[in-house]
Amino acid sequence: MLRRVRLALGVLLLATLAFLVSGGLSPVHAAETTITGTLTTPGGVAVSGVVVTATGPDGVIASGTSDEKGVFVVPLTAGGTYTVEIDVGTLPEGITLNNEADASRSLLVLGGEKRIIIGLSEGGESGIVAEASGTGERVAQLFLDGILYGLVIALGAVGLNLVFGTTGLTNFSHGELLTLGAFTALAFNTAGLNIIIAAPIAIIFAALVYGWGQNRILWRPLRRRKTGLIAAMIVSIGLAILLRYTLVLFFGGAPQSYQQFAGQAGITIGPFNTTPKALILGALAIVALAATVIWLQRSRIGKATRAVSDNPALASATGIDVERVISVVWIIGAGLAAFAGIYLGLTQNTVWNMGQRILLVLFAAVILGGLGTIYGAIVGAMVVGIFIQMTTLFIPTEMKTVGALFLMILILLVRPQGLLGRKERVG
Amino acid sequence: MDIGQVFTLTITQAFGVTALIYLFAAIGLNVQFGYTGLLNFGQVAFVAAGAYAVGVIVLTFDLSLWLSIIVALIVSTLLALLLGIPTLRLRADYLAIVTIAASELLRLLVRSIAFKDVFGGAQGLNGKLGQEFHDLNPLPVDFTLPIFSWSRQDLWVVIVGWSLALLFTLFVWGLVRSPWGRVVKGIREDEDAVVSLGKNVFVYKLQALIIGGGIAAFGGILWAVAKQSVQPDTFQPDFTFFVFTILLLGGAARVFGPIVGTVIFWFLLAGFGEVLSSLINNGYISFLTPTDVGSIRFMLMGLGLMLLMIFRPQGIFGDRRELALDAR
Repeated sequence: MLRRVRLALGVLLLATLAFLVSGGLSPVHAAETTITGTLTTPGGVAVSGVVVTATGPDGVIASGTSDEKGVFVVPLTAGGTYTVEIDVGTLPEGITLNNEADASRSLLVLGGEKRIIIGLSEGGESGIVAEASGTGERVAQLFLDGILYGLVIALGAVGLNLVFGTTGLTNFSHGELLTLGAFTALAFNTAGLNIIIAAPIAIIFAALVYGWGQNRILWRPLRRRKTGLIAAMIVSIGLAILLRYTLVLFFGGAPQSYQQFAGQAGITIGPFNTTPKALILGALAIVALAATVIWLQRSRIGKATRAVSDNPALASATGIDVERVISVVWIIGAGLAAFAGIYLGLTQNTVWNMGQRILLVLFAAVILGGLGTIYGAIVGAMVVGIFIQMTTLFIPTEMKTVGALFLMILILLVRPQGLLGRKERVG
Repeated sequence: MDIGQVFTLTITQAFGVTALIYLFAAIGLNVQFGYTGLLNFGQVAFVAAGAYAVGVIVLTFDLSLWLSIIVALIVSTLLALLLGIPTLRLRADYLAIVTIAASELLRLLVRSIAFKDVFGGAQGLNGKLGQEFHDLNPLPVDFTLPIFSWSRQDLWVVIVGWSLALLFTLFVWGLVRSPWGRVVKGIREDEDAVVSLGKNVFVYKLQALIIGGGIAAFGGILWAVAKQSVQPDTFQPDFTFFVFTILLLGGAARVFGPIVGTVIFWFLLAGFGEVLSSLINNGYISFLTPTDVGSIRFMLMGLGLMLLMIFRPQGIFGDRRELALDAR
């Protein structure tokens, strides 16, 4: 047995956040947040040259390297739950982590100071042995993360795909339905309602106002005017920009959290590390998605939706009220999107561009499943969610979105109609 | 409120360096979208390619700026091939999604830690990128123009930039009057008809993408040279959509559309910003703060794009018969 001298060395990571509000053209850079800290042994010897990276909710990544004083600075563009990782490969020879799990841990960056303690060992063997035994657990953990992320994507993608299927609109403002839902819940929450009550109210509000209302005020008149699909797509881009900066104007550019459950303690079940809120939200998402699928399969209007999706002209000829179906689709799509937004708001935080950041992942899911195919969105979302998390085994965490986008382009090359799509969908 | 100063700042921005960057992207997009009908939502990737070519060649490899211009054109051509070959056979909305995804993919790659040594990570490449260009500045020290308030350095960029922009406009004018121009316009109007005439539609589309991308890359070169800094997060998808707004404002498929659109866009945007800031700073508007001006400007841009597309999809000076947007 190897003799391991384990000097329990503590490393304090001080995450100091500085929100610097600056003016100028782009509010993107309005809030500057950094994670800074010092890596030293308890004896006070600075550990330099260690790369510390922080990966944000959507794969946004930043990194810093500790200098000769052991100080590192990780510049962030926004607050949120960050996975703070220490690149063990850059640790000086003879210095290893006490606990392999410390190499990567989740850190909720909201404001003020945040401390995490990471044990460093001096004189231990390299971490390779520990890493090898940890791979199985990591796979299981990433699989769970992937399923949970896939569920959020599915909630968002179903509405996107239903609207595309029934109206042909490629809605670039669908991401903002998530953001609006999350911020509506935030507004109710700030007004004093517990998020458990605020969330359902916000979802119903979103379904009626942002879904039904948006279709009624904007998209239905455009269809009446016979505005082309590409013109409508560009209108949706304008709408997305308008909505995003309206939110910045009223809520500011800094990320915010709901008043409840913001810093819930994690739990460990078998090989999985997670939070109770993520599991409950995941279960609710499965219920919501299952209800949508059953509704599409069984109910009259659900069947009508599938018919319209298949062939609007033919459906109309058989006496289906196409406009009514479209209204219902907008209500359901916006409601599910609002749920996805609140889900992200609870597990990460609410920020004005959260919907924009996930939109391309939604498109990747929808294209993978088949643009316009109703169940394709759910299948595609689960594949993309698990794929995004699993690829971090092989590529840096910062590039996980790159992997998903690359997968989408690859699918378009090989099977442009998607997994569940029919061949004639692509012209 | 000093109306003279507000006007000076506005007109300076309307013809300034940032406007020029958008103008090059718009001239390129006019070839792709206006004339050929390609829904390229990833135009920002070509601008980024130009800017990063300068940044990497000059800073990372310490080579000549003039070499970087050639590299920029090679890179933008490769990018067009890479983007075009898989997507140009697809329907318009697929092309839109793939091009926007590709532009984001590239942005995430250049800002990643893995390639930090080459592209500078999230901070990008900052330094004396345009030194060789600025050394050629023939303007006398302390030279200023009436009305416009450019620095000597910016004025030199603006003079060269506008000359190039006019040159490219002339090039596009010649191009669309040529047989090549007739074919790509035909593709926009009715692809099947052009196919039936025995034309290889795919090759023409690819050529349009390469030409438009190359012109847009000059916007990126200008960016790096003028601002001496290339940062990944300035190349967000919104850039592309503002270029679309500019093009639609001036009229897509109009030779002078990009120029007219750019000047109007920046005149309105800068003018509105300056007037609003001035009103806030002088206490006429108390419910807004100076930092809100940026958000309101973006809101107006979004609203403007919506209204343009709904009520005048051919642009203010466009011709509805010329641009049948949903031909395919």
